Amino acid sequence: MAKPKVATASLAGCFGCHMSILDIDERILQLIELVDFDKSPVDDIKEFTGRCAVGLIEGGCCNEENVRVLKDFRKHCDILISVGECAICGGIPAMRNTIPLKECMDEAYRNGPSVYNPTGVYPNDPALPLVLNKVYPCHEVVKIDYHLQGCPPPADTIWQALVALLTNKPMDLPYELIKYD
Amino acid sequence: MSDTIPFTIDGVAVEGRPGQTILQAADDAGIYIPRLCAHKELHPFGSCRVCTVKVNGRPQSACTMPCAKGMVVENNTPELLEHRRGLVEMLFVEGNHYCMFCEKSGNCELQALAYRLGIMAPRYPFQFPDRNVDASHPDVLIDRNRCILCARCVRASHDLDGKNVFQFVGRGSKKRIWINAEAKLKDTNLDVTDKAVEICPVGAILKKRQGYAVPVGQRLYDHQPIGSDIEAKRAAAAQA
Repeated sequence: MAKPKVATASLAGCFGCHMSILDIDERILQLIELVDFDKSPVDDIKEFTGRCAVGLIEGGCCNEENVRVLKDFRKHCDILISVGECAICGGIPAMRNTIPLKECMDEAYRNGPSVYNPTGVYPNDPALPLVLNKVYPCHEVVKIDYHLQGCPPPADTIWQALVALLTNKPMDLPYELIKYD
Repeated sequence: MSDTIPFTIDGVAVEGRPGQTILQAADDAGIYIPRLCAHKELHPFGSCRVCTVKVNGRPQSACTMPCAKGMVVENNTPELLEHRRGLVEMLFVEGNHYCMFCEKSGNCELQALAYRLGIMAPRYPFQFPDRNVDASHPDVLIDRNRCILCARCVRASHDLDGKNVFQFVGRGSKKRIWINAEAKLKDTNLDVTDKAVEICPVGAILKKRQGYAVPVGQRLYDHQPIGSDIEAKRAAAAQA
């Protein structure tokens, strides 16, 4: 039987949660026994090659591309997991949610102390995804099955959760592995 | 003794003393009822409703309800735990609670309660309210993003410090903790040693230059859930 597949993505995040995935250290060899990686920055596969058992999402949605990727993950993954504060609460990127978008853009591309932009035009290359009005946690965009808290979640949290899911056991995380910071 | 008040919490016999609330009697008996606005040095306030229990089948806040002879109190039931989860989740979405860089993280009662209740994500949409920070005072700051409107600082300043530094302004979702001065916190007579400062259950009122002093792994709620100290009393009594 083919191994189940795992896909991961970093949306509006800092890749810290992916670092935490790698932080399972030598257990990554055990993980490779259990699963194959599909679309993921870990193996640099850009598009889904088929149905995945588990999708891990880092980061919330701050632009239209994040939403597209997230919906793509929902379509291809049996179980979708929000990993880390940004995916669950919006996190640091969501700090802009109390500031009007135009003010954010002006500060970043026109008025910021280190900005040089004599034309005053926002970056508008068609390849750049449009920024959303605010940053959304993943579960406000698609259905999310599990949430792994932490900034980032400890490697043990990710490990135990993945192993429980892949071996059909309940995900009983001990108190010490549920942390919001 | 004749002046005790016998009643039960989740079927466990508890002896309250006259004048005690359900919460106080439960604490003495080593039974933890979750709470945020209640504090042992303050008068009951009953604003957060996290301590809601069922008394003879009716919801009551345990911090304001006096114990009475023969009452049947439900505390640790799936239904009440679900209500409490909902309340704590509402507090999380109603403010801007960024645990990852909060100085109070690990020692925060709101966070600890969420850990204890096993909250992995709030079921309600985040509000992202626009709230401000007042860091004008040389030794203390208020971050209103983190305030849960428990009024502990209001009561502590008035009742324990003999001052009147804090009060609420506004109604409903516009309600904010405010200060007894024209403009800024520095214009009040608040002192860094005031009870009102350290009694904040969250990171809304913080002493400056004290942040992150305790490393991760050694903070108050890193290993033991909130309420473990109260529950330890009962465990010790059972062993004795």
